[in-house]
Amino acid sequence: MSWNSWEEFWDMGGYAVFVWGSYGVVFVGVAVELWLALRQRSMVLLALRRSREEAYAGDAP
Amino acid sequence: MFWLQYAAPQRLYGLAGRIYPLAFALAAALTAVGLYLGFWVAPADFQQGQAYRIIFVHVPASWMSMVIYVAMAFWAWLGLGFKTRVSGMMTQALAPTGALFCFLSLWTGALWGKPMWGAWWVWDARLTSELILLFLYLGYIALTRAIDDPHRADRAGAVVALVGVVNVPIIYFSVKWWNTLHQGASVSLTKSPSMAAVMLWAMLVMTLAFWAYAVGMAFYRVRQTILEREQDAAWVGELKEIAP
Repeated sequence: MSWNSWEEFWDMGGYAVFVWGSYGVVFVGVAVELWLALRQRSMVLLALRRSREEAYAGDAP
Repeated sequence: MFWLQYAAPQRLYGLAGRIYPLAFALAAALTAVGLYLGFWVAPADFQQGQAYRIIFVHVPASWMSMVIYVAMAFWAWLGLGFKTRVSGMMTQALAPTGALFCFLSLWTGALWGKPMWGAWWVWDARLTSELILLFLYLGYIALTRAIDDPHRADRAGAVVALVGVVNVPIIYFSVKWWNTLHQGASVSLTKSPSMAAVMLWAMLVMTLAFWAYAVGMAFYRVRQTILEREQDAAWVGELKEIAP
């Protein structure tokens, strides 16, 4: 165990800005990439569904 | 060879759909273990105090930025040499994650450089070659997106991936070949590591976590590329996820 209190943990020996600035951007970067990938999937599926519905509508008498 | 069947987009779509949840679950579990080791078990560094803890994301991000580029070059070579249809899709699926890790490597490096060297950035061989890697990723993404015809985009992208891969050994050996401000390798194949075992373990576990994340992300993303390119194929029309 390296920490005596949460204050000490968050302070990171005075390097809080640098340590949390690194981990924060890694977290944000991964979150944004996941969000973009999920959004892309729903957009691709939506476009496929639409084109399929149009194809069905075209077949109708 | 049995694995060649996955060169068919339909088979890859199914396989990728089974792999990505496992890879993401593994990435989450390894991240939890890696952060626990890195923040609670590993002691402060005797020279750098707590600031050194940036290493647990900086080194894995840097390694993965190189590993992913090599993986892209491998797929590019397979695509150019054997005309496998999924190669270009895999190359494209890997690129954004590689670019992200490359950016994170530079960002966390800047935040580590400032307190330790007194500078966010120096035009040192290691840093400059990593910046070139970021430009290679961005160039690859811009080029492949600018070309509408998928086969031409794949071929043009493959050339960038293969030419650019010479930069990877330059990054890796830059700290040996030039006098750099950046420290030498903490871990190498020829010497025993120059760091405490628990610190090394935390770094390796985080690297595996990032690796699993990259695998998950690439397989998640490649499915959308497959759907877009195969949208007229009968099997796509039969997928339950696009049923109205």
